[in-house]
Amino acid sequence: MNPKRRMLISLPLLLAAGRMVHAQQAGATDPALDIDANPMWLQFRDSLFAGRPITTPADDVLRLEAPARAEDAAIVPIALRAQFPQSDSRYIRRIYLIIDNNPSPMGAVFDFTPASGRAEIETRVRVDAYTHMRAIAEMNDGKLFMSTRFVKASGGCSAPPGKDPQAALATLGRMRLRVEGEPVLNRPSLAQLMMSHPNHSGLAMDQLTRNYTPAHYVRLVRISYAGEPVLTAEVDFTISENPNFRFYFVPKGRGELKAEVLDSQSRRFEATLPVQPVSNPA
Amino acid sequence: MITPSAPRRHARLLTALLGVSLLLTPDIPAKAAAVEPLPTTEIAPGVHVHQGSHHAWAAHDGEDVANIGFIVGARCVAVIDTGGSPAIGQRLKAAIERVTALPVCYVINTHMHPDHVLGNVALGAGSPGPAYVAHVRLGPSLSARAPYYLEAFRREGGQALAPDAVVYPTQTVADRASLDLGGRQLELRAWPTAHTDNDLTVFDQQTGTLFTGDLLFMGHLPVIDGQLRGWLRVVGELKALDVARAVPGHGTVSDDLRQAIGPEETYLTTVLREVRAAIKAGVPIARTLDQLSATGIAGWQLADEFHRRNLTAAYAELEWED
Ligand SMILES: [Zn+2]
Repeated sequence: MNPKRRMLISLPLLLAAGRMVHAQQAGATDPALDIDANPMWLQFRDSLFAGRPITTPADDVLRLEAPARAEDAAIVPIALRAQFPQSDSRYIRRIYLIIDNNPSPMGAVFDFTPASGRAEIETRVRVDAYTHMRAIAEMNDGKLFMSTRFVKASGGCSAPPGKDPQAALATLGRMRLRVEGEPVLNRPSLAQLMMSHPNHSGLAMDQLTRNYTPAHYVRLVRISYAGEPVLTAEVDFTISENPNFRFYFVPKGRGELKAEVLDSQSRRFEATLPVQPVSNPA
Repeated sequence: MITPSAPRRHARLLTALLGVSLLLTPDIPAKAAAVEPLPTTEIAPGVHVHQGSHHAWAAHDGEDVANIGFIVGARCVAVIDTGGSPAIGQRLKAAIERVTALPVCYVINTHMHPDHVLGNVALGAGSPGPAYVAHVRLGPSLSARAPYYLEAFRREGGQALAPDAVVYPTQTVADRASLDLGGRQLELRAWPTAHTDNDLTVFDQQTGTLFTGDLLFMGHLPVIDGQLRGWLRVVGELKALDVARAVPGHGTVSDDLRQAIGPEETYLTTVLREVRAAIKAGVPIARTLDQLSATGIAGWQLADEFHRRNLTAAYAELEWED
């Protein structure tokens, strides 16, 4: 766990309620929509990367894939893709995902290792407003690269909350871990983790009771293979209801793929999958 | 926001606000006359319907997009959905007053979408005011979304509404309920998650008229904001109902519910089948949206606004199937 990051993330949360409305005053001069002047971004840049150069655009290092418009504000599919394989001498150590105008802009931090094979993640996020989205890669030598996309908010009647919170809660903790295709010895293999969880922000007030639905979201996902860390994701309710991650790992022999999940109410969940890689592609 | 319609919008907003402030005093006819009544048609004795236009809510003058109805009993009036803005609600109120002097005793919302509920605030007149009736899950779903609806209304419609422009239910339905308008019974039914997690239908026994809310879309592409498989189950149940006519949430009144619901069932079934096949073939969500972007949308309006959204929702739901 990174205490620095926890501290950073709590500040935007405090600001969130009041910010949502006026962060988005549309118009060319709105700083919230200015990729260089968004106040949340400036705050993160100064506190996380103080004084360090950030190379951008950097689509030859890290590609951020996101739709031009958030069709469904609650489920916006995105992908972060390194443009080279992880190796001991050159690898992406960490990717920060920042969605400038969301209530919690720094929605995810992904830590990779050379054993990740590829520093890639596909997931789904909530998008609250017209916003720049940023993926910032930190290399093993400390160099920083940033890719950005602009995402338009969805139209009128789509909103970030989940569609059936009762159903998500009824199956809370149900997990699926699987490998896509046949895993090949010493090659990056694609895997997917799905988890049933409402991922409540705690920002929505029930008008009848005047109570806030308590925050309840996945905050940490740790993936390992044969006991070696592959991916660690520090996340929050930026991730959609029923969190879903596609990622890579490199099986160097028979082993167990393991996912551990911690949520904001300190509940712990686990899923494992025995893997027997083949030595030649089928 | 400077658009040709801006002055009219401001005038309407002002009227809506004035209307609200008049709620504590008896009607002042001069005020009512200042509001242009919504055009309505009496589709069966005592059953009046205003048909919305097919636009996305809040975009380009798109407040008047959902169908609205009211039913007149011997004692009082029930309103079924109130339109996409306080101004539409105000015009609805004027339309009711043109037809009857009886008070509105029930304001029923068929689900939490803004094009159906944002006129609620304008119907609150009288003492006692009307009961606001909805599915038991409408309140939580609407309150979680209200800040986004108000923001979208400001961003795309150019109007700021105060949070208290959103009016929540005072009476909820978990399964079934009857409302009495004086010699006229309305049967309300709360459905499992389908179009949304809070769909409610209203059946007028006297004329056999069923208000389906957005469980039935005609012309306007159906929008999945609940559960696709649940919706198809509800469509199956609706087809088995014996009703004289159906009022959809969007589209024209029909005297043949089974036929009217056919295109919606075909579309939803197509989305189900194709998305399921994509998941089975291991196609990731983003690529599925691209591959199916034109599948099943022929003949529908607003497919550009809603089809990819539906595919997204369907994928996130169906990937949990075994
Ligand atoms: Zn609807």
